Amino acid sequence: MDQFVLNLIVVGATFALYIGIAIWARAGTTADYYTASRGVNPIVNGAATAADWMSAASFISMAGLIAFVGYGNSSYLMGWTGGYVLLALLLAPYLRKFGRFTVPEFIGDRFYSQSARIVAVICLLVISITYVIGQMTGAGVAFSRFLEVENTTGLLIASTVVFIYAVLGGMKGITYTQLAQYCVLITAYTIPAVFISLQLTSNPVPALGLFSTHAESGIPLLTRLDQVLTELGFHDYTGHHGTTLNMVLFTLSLMVGTAGLPHVIIRFFTVPKVADARKSAGWALVFIALLYLTAPAVGAMAKLNILSTIYPDGTSEPPIAYADKPDWMSNWEQTGLLRFEDKNDDGLIQYYNDRSEDFASVAAERGWEGNEIVVFNQDILVLANPEIAQLPGWVLALIAAGGLAAALSTAAGLLLAISSAISHDVLKSVLLPGISDRQELMAARISMAFAIVLATWLGLNPPGFAAQVVALAFGLAAATLFPALMLGIFSKKMNTQGAVAGMLVGLITTLLYIFTYLGWFFVPGTNMLQNVEENWLFGISPLSFGAVGAVLNFATAWAVMKLTKAPPPEIQELVESIRVPRGAAGAIDH
Amino acid sequence: MLAVHCVPTEGFSGGVESMTNEHSAAAYWSANLRIITICMVIWALVSVGFGIVLRPLLAMLPITIGGTDLGFWFAQQGSILTFIALIFYYTWYMNRLDRRFGVDEQ
Repeated sequence: MDQFVLNLIVVGATFALYIGIAIWARAGTTADYYTASRGVNPIVNGAATAADWMSAASFISMAGLIAFVGYGNSSYLMGWTGGYVLLALLLAPYLRKFGRFTVPEFIGDRFYSQSARIVAVICLLVISITYVIGQMTGAGVAFSRFLEVENTTGLLIASTVVFIYAVLGGMKGITYTQLAQYCVLITAYTIPAVFISLQLTSNPVPALGLFSTHAESGIPLLTRLDQVLTELGFHDYTGHHGTTLNMVLFTLSLMVGTAGLPHVIIRFFTVPKVADARKSAGWALVFIALLYLTAPAVGAMAKLNILSTIYPDGTSEPPIAYADKPDWMSNWEQTGLLRFEDKNDDGLIQYYNDRSEDFASVAAERGWEGNEIVVFNQDILVLANPEIAQLPGWVLALIAAGGLAAALSTAAGLLLAISSAISHDVLKSVLLPGISDRQELMAARISMAFAIVLATWLGLNPPGFAAQVVALAFGLAAATLFPALMLGIFSKKMNTQGAVAGMLVGLITTLLYIFTYLGWFFVPGTNMLQNVEENWLFGISPLSFGAVGAVLNFATAWAVMKLTKAPPPEIQELVESIRVPRGAAGAIDH
Repeated sequence: MLAVHCVPTEGFSGGVESMTNEHSAAAYWSANLRIITICMVIWALVSVGFGIVLRPLLAMLPITIGGTDLGFWFAQQGSILTFIALIFYYTWYMNRLDRRFGVDEQ
């Protein structure tokens, strides 16, 4: 069967499933709409959280991110999982006990201040809107690549599907579609990974295969990879080549940022009990780990596989001829994600590090005139994996469905966080406090529709900074919401002034630091300093600043609290009560 | 190892309001803070510790795993596995603590 028809069938079937779930899980009340009436089984919520959290970037890009840098990018693995420990220990159970609908609502009530609530809404909107742009563009790209439709058409189809289940079902619809999406994406990720691991190491578990013997060379896979890379002038895969300070701060920023992301936090409002919130975070991490333990193996194995394809007789022998390259390379060459240029007109593909000074003499001796794979997009490692491993067409179709599931599930979670902040925190709480539950539900649906239109528009007209926005979202979540939430729980004496000052200092310093190096609002050319290591303050990269912003937030909040009035006694009692599980109510009617 | 002191398991049935003994509320919270601290130390040790800062130290041990050092394994696998164990351990510990102090959900 034609690959295109197969892709269409598999993607079409998953979409029919999502819409079916949407019709079954319609929301009848605001409690349904915001929190699925807190009736979600903690293990189901774990799987939904995993899909909510794992975006197109985790599914498509992460293995490539690690493969092209090696050990140095382990920060993504530790950072994007370590945040769940913070969530389980420091935030989720207490916010569940508090028992409300949104993150700004907790901040507003705990700090007895509408201004604190509005500052939190602003932080939430900046974080979630920047994050959703990446998901919408990701979904559009996946559509256009696999279903051969225009990027615009693809994006519109994706938005329509999200519209149906998010507007109809709210959190309830989103939860059960995310569960289905998790199953689709983990199956799609695991199957090709198992096959490539079997081929290279005879071990069916990729995470174990990564540390096994490479079948072809008889030495450990990682040792072989280090060898091949250094023989071609690249730095070794397992070595540490960046600065330690930056790697530590980047890891911490991703960890703290993960714990501060509103669309992840609100997932823990859906479970019946406080004890379930803790347990659910553990299950979420189990489901996430199934992909995150596999991703570094996929990265390393695909990289080694590609290198041995290019140099079939070892790196000291001539590489493969352009005319003899495997089909998958020709397929991906057409997409522009892979591009060759025969610089020395010998008909062979020389792939090496032409920026290495040490290797220049070897290259000159061999008559190599530059690296001839001029475009090598890191996403290929996951997307072309089934073709590299010569798996049947339906596996490739599954990858298409998996990539879309990852993008859509994250987009839906973000859209719910955005729309509930507008309908619940801005409309119901500040502008129109008198509206009834039914009216608020309608407002929530209208805000959701509005948020989807906005996200689609931004996806069609991406502001050209898609790569940097992730850093901004994590940096801001780490520097603003996480400290405010944690202080609200762990410091009984923390007051409005402290919390608001802390959030503002975190927000402003992080934005300033990122904009200084990446340009004001990411407009190219408006950066005040060139984004190179020599210019960074204490050598801290703008991507790693979130952890510093969080420390500044904590310090400011503490200092301001000491200078201002303690919170009223009823607030201190509220803090006492959220610290114990007993008495957690089901959904609260507002 | 982490025995909780002053644990009146009987006579407590209500919610926070029935935890009339302020001493008990404070003891529950400090037991929680202590286990959180222990877990966070391990959390930092296996990730930014073993995975990054202490990696050169670990490399001096005569242990290799799959042709590389222990630090690399912690950075790409071990830290994640430890995180999972930490959350489930904390969940189990807190459920027990909640029952002992009579603050669990019925």
